[in-house]
Amino acid sequence: MAHIQLPEGLPGIRGPLVFSPATTGPLCELVEVLLRAPNTLTSAEREMIATYVSSQNDCYYCQTCHGSTAAQHLGGSPADHELIGQMKLDCEAAPLSDKMRALLAIAGKVQKGGKRVKAEDVERARSHGASDEEIHDTVLIAAAFCMFNRYVDGLDTEERDPAWGFVPAL
Amino acid sequence: MAHIRVPDGLPGILGPMAVSPGSTKALRELVEVLLRGPNTLTSAERELIATYVSSQNDCCFCQLSHGAAAAEHLGGNYELVDRVKSNYATAEISEKLKALLAIAGKAQKGGKHVTTEDVERARTLGATDKEIHDTVLIAAAFCMFNRYVDGLGTWQPTGSLAYREMGQTMAHIGYVRPASDRPVAAA
Repeated sequence: MAHIQLPEGLPGIRGPLVFSPATTGPLCELVEVLLRAPNTLTSAEREMIATYVSSQNDCYYCQTCHGSTAAQHLGGSPADHELIGQMKLDCEAAPLSDKMRALLAIAGKVQKGGKRVKAEDVERARSHGASDEEIHDTVLIAAAFCMFNRYVDGLDTEERDPAWGFVPAL
Repeated sequence: MAHIRVPDGLPGILGPMAVSPGSTKALRELVEVLLRGPNTLTSAERELIATYVSSQNDCCFCQLSHGAAAAEHLGGNYELVDRVKSNYATAEISEKLKALLAIAGKAQKGGKHVTTEDVERARTLGATDKEIHDTVLIAAAFCMFNRYVDGLGTWQPTGSLAYREMGQTMAHIGYVRPASDRPVAAA
C-alpha cells in the first residue's frame, strides 16, 4: 500500500498524478517536451536516457515503462527489447553509437549528482558529434528522471503488475 | 564557464533556462505550483523544504536563492534558514515541519529511503496526505533542479546580495514571469 491514500488500481506515477492535478499539468508538459518534442535526438534515444537513469535509481516502474516505450520507438521487436536490457546492464558495452554511449555516461554522472559531470565527459560527447542542445537535454532528462523516480518510489506506489509491462507510463 | 554555451551573466538555472524555452515553461509552472500555489503548507515552509534538499545536494545556487526566498517569506529571518540547513532538529520550527524535512531528506537520498515510520510520524504530528505528497514532490523536484544547475556547470554568484534580490523576486513576484531576468553583477 502506498504511503498516502491514492486512487486504487493505478500503477506507479499514475496514482499521484491523479491525486494532484495541479502539479500533473506541468509534469506531463515537461516529459512530453523532453521525450517527444522535435529534437535532433530521436525519441528512442531520449527514452533510453530516461530508462538508463531510472534503472540506476532502481525505480522499477519508470525503467520498465520507459524501457518499453524506447523499444517501441525502435520497432518493438524482441531484439529491440533486448537492446534496452543490454543498455541497462552495461551501457558502454551495448551496441549503441559512440555519441549515445557518451551521452549515457553523462546521464549516469548526473544521476549520482550534478557535480560529477566533468568537462572531459562533455568533451567526449562533443567529439562524437553531440551538440550543446543535446548535452543540455541529456542533463535535463537525467535530472528530471531523478525527480520522477523519487516521486514514484518516495510515495511507495504500487510497484509491479505484469498487465502494464508494455503500456507507456503516462 | 558552463559546460555548454549559455548567455553571459545569467546566474545558475537562468542560463540553461534561456537556451531551452520549451522545457523552461513547464519547469517554471511546476515550481510556481509547488512553492507558491494554494496550500496548507505556507510558502515559507515549502521554500525551507526546497532549501534543505538543495543544501543536502550541495547545490550552492539553489540553496542560497531558495533560502533567500524562504527568509523573505519569514520577514527577513535568514538566521532561521541557516539553522534549518545546519540542524533542523534544533531549529525553531514546528514538529510537523521537522517530520516533513525528515521525509524530504530521505527522498533526497532516494525514493525507497522513505519509510512507513517516517510517514506515520509526520501524520501523528498533523500532516495531511497532500502535505506528505507535496513534501515528496518538492524534494524530488529539487533533486532535478539541483542536478540541472550543477550538471551543466553553471556560473553561480558568490556574494549574498545577488541572492537576496533573487529571493525577494521569487517570494513576492513568483516563478512564472515574463522575460524579466537580467544579468547580475559578478560580485
